Amino acid sequence: MTVHDQHLSRRSLLKGAGALVIGLHLPQAARAQSGAGAAFRPGGNATFAPNAFVRVAPDSTITVLIKHIEFGQGPFTGLATLVAEEMDADWSQMRSEHAPADVKLYANLAFGVQGTGGSTAIANSWEQMRKAGATARAMLVQAAAQAWTVPASEIKVEAGVLSHGSGKQGRFGEFAEAASKLAVPENVPLKPASAYRLIGKEGAVKRLDSADKSRGKAEFTIDIHAPNMLTVVVARPPRFGGKVASFDAAEALKVKGVVDVKQIGSGVAVYADGMWPALKGREALKVTWDESAAEKRGSRELIAEYRALARQKGVVAGSHGDAEAVLAKAGTVIEAEFVFPYLAHAPMEPLDGYLQWDGSEALARFGSQFQTTEHMTIATVLGLPPEKVRLETMLAGGSFGRRAQVSQHLAAELAMVAKAIGPNRPVKLVWTREDDLSGGYYRPLFVHRLRGAVKDGKITAWADSIVGQSFFLGTPFEAMVVKNGIDATSVEGANELFYEIADFHCEVNNPKVGVPTLWWRSVGHTHTAYAVECFIDELLQAAGQDPVAGRLALMNRHPRAVGVLKAVAELAKWNGSGPVDGRARGVAVVESFGSFVAQIAEVSLGSDGEPKVHKVWCAVDCGVAVNPDIIRAQMEGGIGFGLGHALYGEITLDQGRPVQANFDTYRSLRIHEMPEVEVAIINSTEAPTGVGEPGVPPIGPAVANALARLGQPRPRQLPMVGGTV
Amino acid sequence: MVSLKVNGRTHSVDVDDDTPLLWAIRDNLGLTGTKFGCGVAQCGACTVFMDGKPLRSCVTPVSAVGDSEITTIEAISGKEADAVQAAWTARDVPQCGYCQSGQVMSAVALLTENKKPTDRDIDLAMNGNLCRCATYVRIRAAIHDAARTLEG
Repeated sequence: MTVHDQHLSRRSLLKGAGALVIGLHLPQAARAQSGAGAAFRPGGNATFAPNAFVRVAPDSTITVLIKHIEFGQGPFTGLATLVAEEMDADWSQMRSEHAPADVKLYANLAFGVQGTGGSTAIANSWEQMRKAGATARAMLVQAAAQAWTVPASEIKVEAGVLSHGSGKQGRFGEFAEAASKLAVPENVPLKPASAYRLIGKEGAVKRLDSADKSRGKAEFTIDIHAPNMLTVVVARPPRFGGKVASFDAAEALKVKGVVDVKQIGSGVAVYADGMWPALKGREALKVTWDESAAEKRGSRELIAEYRALARQKGVVAGSHGDAEAVLAKAGTVIEAEFVFPYLAHAPMEPLDGYLQWDGSEALARFGSQFQTTEHMTIATVLGLPPEKVRLETMLAGGSFGRRAQVSQHLAAELAMVAKAIGPNRPVKLVWTREDDLSGGYYRPLFVHRLRGAVKDGKITAWADSIVGQSFFLGTPFEAMVVKNGIDATSVEGANELFYEIADFHCEVNNPKVGVPTLWWRSVGHTHTAYAVECFIDELLQAAGQDPVAGRLALMNRHPRAVGVLKAVAELAKWNGSGPVDGRARGVAVVESFGSFVAQIAEVSLGSDGEPKVHKVWCAVDCGVAVNPDIIRAQMEGGIGFGLGHALYGEITLDQGRPVQANFDTYRSLRIHEMPEVEVAIINSTEAPTGVGEPGVPPIGPAVANALARLGQPRPRQLPMVGGTV
Repeated sequence: MVSLKVNGRTHSVDVDDDTPLLWAIRDNLGLTGTKFGCGVAQCGACTVFMDGKPLRSCVTPVSAVGDSEITTIEAISGKEADAVQAAWTARDVPQCGYCQSGQVMSAVALLTENKKPTDRDIDLAMNGNLCRCATYVRIRAAIHDAARTLEG
């Protein structure tokens, strides 16, 4: 067990989700989905399908059915790498496509249901996909052995070519049909790591989706067109918790191209024969909202309430020694209160979904991140047995947590929109950017109140009081996920530290607020890493210690954290924080989702007073590095994502209404603000862990810690630039 | 009815004059490589060429296009386009890929004007294109790669 149990929170949630769904629907669903999977011909014209994941076609192409949604983090390439390695395939043979929704075949082994999250794609597929590949290879070898009447043990496979010492050779496709008639062997041995040709090898593998994505050919949900299809936008309440009181569609219906207007659970839906008439129709629609139950507090009020709550007793999330006693006796208590705003995920492709049904059968196509529960939700809303509903996962233009919906609200809205207009009118539901940014499901607003004491160059006490919404309290998952009053997603990264401090205490308060919130790339670590890594740096500074050496002295029991911190210091040629020539360096080290990442940021103050981040050095230990270049890409992207939000990102509520509605006010990192990034990947034989999220948490505190060495205060309230509260 | 010249062909499109070019291209002509990201010219996902110059199609009504030639990601060609798309693939620039049509269009426009852009030139030409995956490090590297290819 590591300090911050990697995906405890998400695992338990999804296990919870599985239990919930299975309890309600599963026996029927399992039958159904397998049937749907058979009707759909994944892998096209493949003739050899040894298991749920591998399809070999006569032309020797190998299609890997990917159970995880591809939204940039790389499972199309990563999972195909695992299969190709064990098959001894040539990379040029490999293809990937999304697996259909089928919980029996395609469950995330960390969750028990089909779904993506917690940076688990590689981790939970590591054995499963290698076994799938090894089994396929064994059967192709057996088929060749029979055809050539030679012992299977004498057949070699290299770069997709089977060969025998007698001179016989052939490609996989030639044996696909014969292999399909063989019994599937069990317990086929896997390669030793020393035999890997693709896993961990620089340049051996390229992303399978780059070419299409560079040519506008990749198909996303928003690109779906079908005969007779209607485009739908929904007018939703301006405050969270509002409801439709009444509406007048007369003007909307006069707009050319508007076909119908219907009230649904989430608002009023406008149906049109294209996006522009739908938007004009919505503009012309008159809706009166009932806001009697709506949340009307603004960010300012919430922050004041949270600050007060941070001074009251909370639920103890972690404690040893007696921090209060030490703080009471300390000569000087160092205090820092950090405020984190609501944040939107703002994936480039806003939420959307396509659904067609004829009253008895349905096909849903969208960027589904929790296929099992979304499939069930659609079936339930349409009143169809689950076996009559097919769900195809589409490529999605980002997610960052937004598509992993505890509430299932998108799937439910999609089905409601289809149901309201009736059968035989395919619908494409599209959210605009304004719908997205004003639509809630934010990273929750959080306050951390930290107090610490330093004596004789040593940190003697640490107390953290955390306040913020839990996105499980008040949901059906509460009983399953919130244990002893602790929602792990609120405190992960803060209730246990790498740093050995004799007297330690961490408490949490989860106030109820009517703003829908959700996990956001790296979840609790989005705020805990900032609070912890800024505060440890501040205490070390007070103790007169170097940020790197001081940390290392406190984390002896965490060799992998030590490893990345030492590696990043070496990569950056760390020689203190500076500043040198107006540039200072700040450091942070974080474990999240079982991966360890340390970053050093080199920062100056621009002429406009804004922090300018010139370069970031990053060391990552994610166990076996399956695809080094994708790991680098996720570190680069995680740094950019984390930096953009630390510097500029905030959703502010004014009397309950979100203020930022588009990218003009929800400032997002742009190319000229992106630092140079250099990544070192730790060589490891540990089982692989994820990289989609762990690049995010360290960058904010690394920048803040650099600012502190430039004589600036560490920003206590995010964003660092242009905050409006 | 509005007449639009898109990718070398003239189309008659039955939309209101105020319809943004983006939606006419996507919904009426079925060319979906050009993406919707913001609708207010803040993200660049909708970038097309009008007479060879980059244009945000989400805020350009079809009535403003007139006789101009529109080119979308589906039809870009020539040595700059080839160099950019090859560099994008070789560097594995895309992650989610949704913004990349717009990124590629802006990069092709830059290299068409400026065969050897500096980092500063890249900042100026590309800072209207948002990428929420933050693939910027590779976008910059791929533009330099493409420039080297064009140099021969």
